[in-house]
Amino acid sequence: MESDVLVVDDSAAIRKILQRVLRQTGMAIGTIHEAGDGQEALEVLKSHKIDLVLTDINMPKMDGLQFLSAMKAAPQWNSIPVMMITTEGGETKVGEAVRLGAAGYVRKPFTADQIKEKLAGIVELALPI
Amino acid sequence: MNLNDTLSNSISKSTIEVFSTMLSLEVEVTESLVEKTLPEATDGLVSFIGVAGVWAGTGSLACSKVLGCLICSQMLMTESTSIDEDVLDAVAEMTNMVIGSVKTELEQTLGPLGLSIPTVVFGRNFSTKSGGNTDWVVVRFRCDTEAFSVKMCLTPSEKVTHVIPHSLGQTCAVDG
Repeated sequence: MESDVLVVDDSAAIRKILQRVLRQTGMAIGTIHEAGDGQEALEVLKSHKIDLVLTDINMPKMDGLQFLSAMKAAPQWNSIPVMMITTEGGETKVGEAVRLGAAGYVRKPFTADQIKEKLAGIVELALPI
Repeated sequence: MNLNDTLSNSISKSTIEVFSTMLSLEVEVTESLVEKTLPEATDGLVSFIGVAGVWAGTGSLACSKVLGCLICSQMLMTESTSIDEDVLDAVAEMTNMVIGSVKTELEQTLGPLGLSIPTVVFGRNFSTKSGGNTDWVVVRFRCDTEAFSVKMCLTPSEKVTHVIPHSLGQTCAVDG
């Protein structure tokens, strides 16, 4: 069974990199949806069944923490695993993401292997391989 | 070590790490200095990102059109030969990661800081200027045959307190 993924980042370049990395993981990836901020991401969630979310924190309109909070408050989305991918390395925002229910985080700059390794742990727990 | 030295070291380390990790490109520091906010004519790409908190300022990355295209090509694994949205976005994201890494390191001494969304400008013979009379810490780099620079200015936005106390005998970046 294939997993559909939502990639949320205001940088189109990062979204493209993450799409490439996701296709290289060996996971059964179906459609990869994209959103440029939290608001767009919520719209995607409303219209598609998503199995995994990768999201930035610092974004315009609705940031990654607000988006994560909205997801976790909605019963239909709160079990979807969310991985944060962010330049934030400080305890404040990363700690807040973990408290809100993020399944993991990777700090930018990242290597493909770091993303794959972190995803493997999340997928093992939450998704079919 | 004073704040300017801390900034210079952090910019050097972060830039080398981000270029190596995200682009597989080696860069070397060619010069490190402190500049006043004098406008200078520029060609190519300049990207800015704001820093806010108890300390506030701006981080900036300036590079040629050729290096902007190389950054995009390496990041997206495509061939970029002219400035388009992908190039602007790739340079903006590199600035975000470089200044974001510097910010993370500075937070250990200065306390929590926030970053704005980056803005990138491309053109010929344009000048940039920031408000106030702040010193910019400038680190110049070379990547292959292309030069580029990363600059940052940072000033206390209110009376600075030691958010994170340092141990006895440790040099303080805030006090300089």
